[in-house]
Amino acid sequence: MNPHLDVDLNGLRFPQPVLSASGCLATGHDVPGLVDLHRLGGVVTRSLTFGPSKGWATPRASETPSGLLTAVGYQNPGVLAFLEEDLPSLRKAEVPVVASVAGGSLGEYVNVASSLHLKPGVVALEVCVSYPDDEREGEPFYVRPERLTEVVGAVARLSRVPVFAKLPPLLPGLVETAQACVRAGAFGLTLIDQVPALAVDPHRLRTRTATAVGGLSGPAIKPLALAAVYRVGRALPNVPVMGVGGIATAEDAIEFLLAGAWAVQVGTALLVDPSVHVDIAQGILGYLREKGFASPGELRGRVRVPDAGDGSS
Amino acid sequence: MRRVRAEVLNAKRVGAYHSITIVAPEVAERVRPGQFVSVAMPQGRTFLLRRHFSIHQASRRGGWAGTLEFVFDPRGGRGSSWLAEVKAHQFLDVIGPLGKAFAYPAKLSTCLLVAEGHGSAPMHFLGQELRAHGKRVDMLVGAETQELVFKPIEGKRLAQTIVIATEDGSLGETGSVADLLTQVVEATGAQVIYAAAGRRTLRRISEFCSERQIPSQVAVEEEMACGFGLCFTCTVPVIRKDGSGYDNLRACIDGPVFNPARILWDRWMGEQPGMIATPPEGFPVVKTWPG
Repeated sequence: MNPHLDVDLNGLRFPQPVLSASGCLATGHDVPGLVDLHRLGGVVTRSLTFGPSKGWATPRASETPSGLLTAVGYQNPGVLAFLEEDLPSLRKAEVPVVASVAGGSLGEYVNVASSLHLKPGVVALEVCVSYPDDEREGEPFYVRPERLTEVVGAVARLSRVPVFAKLPPLLPGLVETAQACVRAGAFGLTLIDQVPALAVDPHRLRTRTATAVGGLSGPAIKPLALAAVYRVGRALPNVPVMGVGGIATAEDAIEFLLAGAWAVQVGTALLVDPSVHVDIAQGILGYLREKGFASPGELRGRVRVPDAGDGSS
Repeated sequence: MRRVRAEVLNAKRVGAYHSITIVAPEVAERVRPGQFVSVAMPQGRTFLLRRHFSIHQASRRGGWAGTLEFVFDPRGGRGSSWLAEVKAHQFLDVIGPLGKAFAYPAKLSTCLLVAEGHGSAPMHFLGQELRAHGKRVDMLVGAETQELVFKPIEGKRLAQTIVIATEDGSLGETGSVADLLTQVVEATGAQVIYAAAGRRTLRRISEFCSERQIPSQVAVEEEMACGFGLCFTCTVPVIRKDGSGYDNLRACIDGPVFNPARILWDRWMGEQPGMIATPPEGFPVVKTWPG
């Protein structure tokens, strides 16, 4: 049997299961030639706001044990410049585009999503709910569940393409929030967003990023991400989940598929190895062949739990 | 930019610093002074990110054609300690050349190269290229102590004149390179200034050059996660050419060499946190680099 890499997320198809995660692949027109875009399953864009955003002051990055802490502040050219300058480059590379939608208000999310959802090449939207809410003095939208589902629902109602809600792992009720997103109209979930984290420089008595609390990514957060994918996957077995968090090898990606992901995204690993997605896809194919599976979809949720309880809550 | 698996030709101590020479013809034939390479760390360690190094020497012809040399402080952290243990004939995953190079002035002919610590490393490469373009090269190099002055003897051979400054006075003049700028510029008649140093020093050099209307270019250092434009962490606030505002430009793609008169220093130095508005009189329009 010759396995294939296509994945089908309830009708949304990607040529292979490894996409680039939001914020880890320049903007579009400026993707360096080192990254073979065509061999990505899809590109999730930088989170786009309506107008351009300059982001926060530097330093914006700090290496932490097995991780990367960043505090970029959603620097992006704004949705209109993205459509003019970046989307054409991504379309030329023939890579499916998942546009990440952000905003400081419900209205901004709606405006950004409206500008994107009908554009050729955009196959789905991903709603970033970590963006600071103007109404709540910069508190992220995800802090209040009703605010979170309000923006996800507003984007889902208008969009003609599937909408994914990207959730951080440390919500009090992750599974309940995921269910609420689906009730509000989300087609699927992306798990997980960066984890709020802090790095301190004891010699200079200051934080290592200019905006004190940043977001942690990389292998350090992989177990958190796997738990989130597993719990949501068990509770909502028919809802597509994209797994993201610390994936750097084919084995990592396979772990996510086994835990319940329908596809995966790589972020931090691309910053280290710009062709990591090619190696991961090859590795998945080798694994499928070795184990006698026909497609990545056959791995979904197959992880067995030695103990009888399924650990989900 | 290319990604290559490069063999280490030579790894050695140079005073307090460490130097690695790699065989990378595809990179060496393209690289220009001010550009850098990105080196991957070993897999399976807890430090993930690539490390970035300015080029000290590139050999495009001769017995060892296609080699590159970079210099670092082995006390710089976990990545530097690991690299300091790398031996000849090991292989490194290298991406380069990266970033924008220093520009050479078309008409002006007397160039002063200012550097602190191993910021002198790229200046040697630049000095050689400027001399090959028929320019006069003078140097002003500094460090905290004598041991941290990078290759002073080679500097003397390269430059028409060299002034060395140490904070503790253990070699040359006492003080920082910025303290000696006026004196050196007056003695050499410098028409163009190039600098590679920490931001405080670069800012003082920038203010000096603006005041005297001396064209200058500086190579900046900023926390950089990827080094090839993907992550937007290494940005520097740079005033637009037409003065209509500023943009956070990536030091890895749009730098690391910038015209310092266009850097928004208050913002970059963290003295103006938060979003800043365009001043009522607008940002200054900065004349472009001479020809």
